Amino acid sequence: MIGAGRGAVVTPEEMREVQTSAPQSPRTVWHELVRSPTFLVGAAIVLFWIVCAIFGTTFAPHSPLAQQLLATNAHPSGAHLFGTDQLGRDVLSRVIAGARDILVIAAVATLLGTVVGTALGLVMGYFGGGVDAVVGRIVETVLALPVIIVGVLFVRAIGPSIPTLIIVIGFVFSPLIARTVRAAVLAERDLDYVAAAQLRGDKALHIMFVEILPNVLPPILVEFTVRIGYAVFTVATLSFLGLGPPVPTPDWGADISANYTVISAGYWWETLFPALAIASLVIAVNLIADGVEAVLAQ
Amino acid sequence: MTSPEPRTEAPAAAVRLKLEPNPVPNRFGDALEVNHVDITYRVRGHDRRAISDVSFNVHHGESYGLVGESGSGKSTLAVAVERYLPRNGRVSSGSILVNGRDVVAMSGEELRQMRAKSVSMVYQEPGRALNPSIRVGRQVAEVFEIAGLRSSEALERAEAMLAKVQISDPGRVMRRYPHQLSGGMLQRVVVAMALATDPSLLILDEPTTALDATVEAEILDLVATLRSELESSVLFISHNLAVIAKMCDRVGVLYAGELVEEGPAREVFDNPRHPYTVGLLRCIPRGGLRKDTARLDTIPGFLPSPGHAAVGCIFAPRCGLADDRCRSEAPPMTDLTGGRRVSCFHNEKSADLPRSTPVDIVLGEKGAPETAVRLSNVSKTFRTRGEAVRALVDIDLELLRGETLGLVGESGSGKTTLARLLLGLSAPDSGSSIELEGRPLVGGVRERDREQLKALQIVFQNPDSALNRRHTIQRIIGRSVKKLAGLSGEALRQRVIDLVQSVRMEPRHLILRPSQLSGGLKQRVAIARAFGGEPRVVVCDEPTSALDVSVQAAILNLLVDLQISKQVTYLFISHDLRVVGYLSDRIAVMYLGRLMEVGPSDIVFKGPHHPYTEALVSSVPRIDGPIATRIRLSGEIPSAAKPPAGCVFHTRCPRVLDDGTCENVEPPLVEVAPGHLMRCHIPLEELRSLQAPAGGGYE
Repeated sequence: MIGAGRGAVVTPEEMREVQTSAPQSPRTVWHELVRSPTFLVGAAIVLFWIVCAIFGTTFAPHSPLAQQLLATNAHPSGAHLFGTDQLGRDVLSRVIAGARDILVIAAVATLLGTVVGTALGLVMGYFGGGVDAVVGRIVETVLALPVIIVGVLFVRAIGPSIPTLIIVIGFVFSPLIARTVRAAVLAERDLDYVAAAQLRGDKALHIMFVEILPNVLPPILVEFTVRIGYAVFTVATLSFLGLGPPVPTPDWGADISANYTVISAGYWWETLFPALAIASLVIAVNLIADGVEAVLAQ
Repeated sequence: MTSPEPRTEAPAAAVRLKLEPNPVPNRFGDALEVNHVDITYRVRGHDRRAISDVSFNVHHGESYGLVGESGSGKSTLAVAVERYLPRNGRVSSGSILVNGRDVVAMSGEELRQMRAKSVSMVYQEPGRALNPSIRVGRQVAEVFEIAGLRSSEALERAEAMLAKVQISDPGRVMRRYPHQLSGGMLQRVVVAMALATDPSLLILDEPTTALDATVEAEILDLVATLRSELESSVLFISHNLAVIAKMCDRVGVLYAGELVEEGPAREVFDNPRHPYTVGLLRCIPRGGLRKDTARLDTIPGFLPSPGHAAVGCIFAPRCGLADDRCRSEAPPMTDLTGGRRVSCFHNEKSADLPRSTPVDIVLGEKGAPETAVRLSNVSKTFRTRGEAVRALVDIDLELLRGETLGLVGESGSGKTTLARLLLGLSAPDSGSSIELEGRPLVGGVRERDREQLKALQIVFQNPDSALNRRHTIQRIIGRSVKKLAGLSGEALRQRVIDLVQSVRMEPRHLILRPSQLSGGLKQRVAIARAFGGEPRVVVCDEPTSALDVSVQAAILNLLVDLQISKQVTYLFISHDLRVVGYLSDRIAVMYLGRLMEVGPSDIVFKGPHHPYTEALVSSVPRIDGPIATRIRLSGEIPSAAKPPAGCVFHTRCPRVLDDGTCENVEPPLVEVAPGHLMRCHIPLEELRSLQAPAGGGYE
């Protein structure tokens, strides 16, 4: 049925659509975000950790590396709000300072994965056919492996360091992003503005990145924020397995790993507070993602 | 906008009752009474009024038409009658009575009962009204089950109902899933479901807008027949004046959420009293109007945005008759004789509404006919799951420089495929040849050089899809100028401004994005883009079918002006024969991927013409004049994967020969008169005598 197409009708549904799915300028998106309580709570928590990551060492009560061998495994008290660990280091200071690496790694790795994934997704979605099939199979192969196993193998092979972690996490995330982008591109590819661009002689690269990309940004942005949450999770897990930044760098995952054996001895604070830190960051990022999705959802 | 004094209803109602053709005495009052209704939508914390003080009644057994352009609020009214407004919409004052009972005040159970039994609705898109994963029979039977029948009985009744909507093999259709049926068939099923419980009120919201003209004619005939049988009242909503004229006893004209005129349909269309109705009727190409004789009239300006706070008459800013009084005082709804009402101070002189566009057309010099594009032997075969579907079969066609070739045919006839091949968006089968001004064109758009790219451009049907919604108008048109005309810097800027002005837009529009423009302006941007590199052939693929009639008229005028000033050739694809007739010099008629007829526009329309063309022409509903004998097409369009043997049209042809020739031998496309080609076994003279009594012509 081509017929009259949509004809000259505005249904109440369309009236409703106009409010939510009209192409949004960055300004209106921001305007709606700051009115979303979900986003605001998440952003406040993340902002707190960002401040800790940047200025943590200046306002932490102690040096995160300073060992007080006379005060090991000290209970939380006025001197040490979160207590001390087996080497007598201040848990509060280590939690504050530990925000830096995890935030940097999670954010940069997700950005890397998003950039690579977006490029792959655009190519798969736009060209379709053989290109889609070949790249798609490779992507599926990566997706078929558990993230942690891929991570462990890579880090063991290259050796643990912050760049390694970034590359590994970016690598395992890119297929996930690629899949989302590909689906969005498929919906765009058949729109007439793409044909119009071909008809004026625009090359594939221009069509993909200048014509189509701006139209698929909303789902990419949502996926990006969701992925940061998972990245935090993955970084923490890899450090817990001893594949994170080298000791004695303050690190939430590594600190849990170093101290969980003494929980049975009653020293719960040494693992509880880093664990709460991880949880709060993951939840906060997810809250932001929920807020962004609600605003951008079409 | 509210009128200062309450509008008096009583005298009008009295007059109307006398006119009632078949008054059914009923203690419940009318089938539908809409009294001084306001409907508002809450949008971003503000109430926006979509309907203001609208009153009308639908009597028992009557068919009432609501006509208006997009944004007039007609669909809002329709869903309000079923109390099915979206969550942010509400009836903020007034009452809606169905059989005397207030819909707004009903409890949930009463509402359910009303929707189940007394009010049914048919929507525009039949495909979306049915559940895609449940068999059709089950869905129709469900209507009877809700009404309280046992499931075996419900299935029987469902089958009987499908037979009633003239589905020839209801048993088979019952076992199908919706996607296996054509749009026309689906709409029959939806109509069957709507009429299943013998509702007292049937609401049809643009029921045929998404359908082909031939299918539309069938569905309209069906609804008319069933209505006389079932004695349901009908509220018929459409933007198509001709459809309303055909289907309705009385009509109400909505503009920007207000009822501006009401009366018996025939009289309103023959002798409109509101300047808006006058303007709307003038926008429609009809009465043999052609681009080389007269421009279409248009309605200047734009619809006020919803929630506007207007003083005075709502139509005054666009009205050629408006004076100071119109701008300061809202005209009350005034009763006229003959059951008519109108809200206009100047309703007595509305026929004097000045034209908004000059009639005259300055024709350019027409030189000797030169061939712009020549298609020879063009075929296109799609292969899906091992099945070869011949979408185009041996097309031989010529486009002359500066002419408009209208391409018509039902959906699936191959019109758009032909356009895509010409543009290079898909490649033809080997052996096909497409020439542009004598030079062969390679198949794919990627292999074409800039000269060929800029020579062939397109205006798409839907500007929302054709314009990149993230780019500004400057960028959209500028990119086309840069790539096709090779300009940059100041020259590019100047060309973009020239283009924008040539489509009657202003440079201030350049910084906007498509979503900030109305549908008509968006289509102007698309046209400006197509003209970015001085094209020689422009494909117009249903360029006005997503637009309102008043906007359509302006776009058609623009296309004509551009053609005259730039000597460009149009391949104009449309399902709307009025539009094609207005714009085209020659017409090509396609059916199942084949050309059935090619010839000068007036000959193809007036006949003698191919029986298929005859059916297409007679399926166009008329706004005025007597109802012509319609040629009905029976059956469905055959699948292109398995075209019928012999003449592909013989399965539906009303003039098929008895001797079996049509079933066995495919007729060739031959020149039956100078410049007039036809693919039919019946000799031209015989067609002439067969078609003479019908009077020929669509107007």
